[in-house]
Amino acid sequence: MKARVHVMLKNGVLDPQGEAVRHALGAMGFDKVEGVRQGKVIDLDLAEGATEADVTEMCEKLLANTVIESYSIETL
Amino acid sequence: MKAAVLVFPGSNCDRDLAVAFEQAGFDVSMVWHKDSVLPEGVDIVGVPGGFSYGDYLRCGAIAAQSPICQALAEHTNRGGYALGVCNGFQVLAETGILPGALLRNAGLKYICKTVDLKVATSDSVFTQGYNAGDVIGIPIAHHDGNYFADDATIAALHDQDRVAFTYGDNPNGSRDDIAGILSDNRRVLGMMPHPERAADEGHGGTDGTAMFRALAGMLAEA
Repeated sequence: MKARVHVMLKNGVLDPQGEAVRHALGAMGFDKVEGVRQGKVIDLDLAEGATEADVTEMCEKLLANTVIESYSIETL
Repeated sequence: MKAAVLVFPGSNCDRDLAVAFEQAGFDVSMVWHKDSVLPEGVDIVGVPGGFSYGDYLRCGAIAAQSPICQALAEHTNRGGYALGVCNGFQVLAETGILPGALLRNAGLKYICKTVDLKVATSDSVFTQGYNAGDVIGIPIAHHDGNYFADDATIAALHDQDRVAFTYGDNPNGSRDDIAGILSDNRRVLGMMPHPERAADEGHGGTDGTAMFRALAGMLAEA
């Protein structure tokens, strides 16, 4: 099984990197960009028998810091 | 008194922290991240600054899962003392020993300079050598020092007098100018500024010395 984990800063947590990208896009003339949020994508190659519950546990314990980040899991 | 300073791959303030403890009178041992026990009789654990595990994933995240951090959590759960500076504060937040998280600086830049730090409480073994309201000069050197916690956590920190230090001129976007916080039993301090870099005349400032002296005095009595 392959799983893809998306990790994003939660809404309400300032994302200064996303803001910097938004400014840069605006300066380049892309004037319709109203917001940018930057996150991470983590691809996992998993052995047979691994479950989505395992991936959830990985997210809770390491891959995301749930104080500031939310995550979603996509199985591929 | 005995202090242990943790050493992770990428720690770079471990020796400075050890020297600051030694100059205050502690016997200091350096403890490798793969060790799973702290030396016998350790009073305080120092979690040093640096870039543990290259800051991969999130600052402090991988260090927080290392064997020695299990031992650290057991030590603090037993009521043991700990001081986390800079990356050490990030590690303490990632382990959950201290609440909140450290985000990228609001201005996106790595900042290395001496800042004015206000002592917000003198009610802890770390800050009893100062008076609340004192302004001290302590260096910062970080890229991810922007303290964040939800509203309820911030309110609890204020209500319980657990904000140890605030910035005079907020350099990184931290909520309520918070530079350092205490655990609920007041025995764990995490702070982004580096008191161990202001602990010798040669550093250009000695405002951090009072912290290590107060710790030594208190733990010697205990």
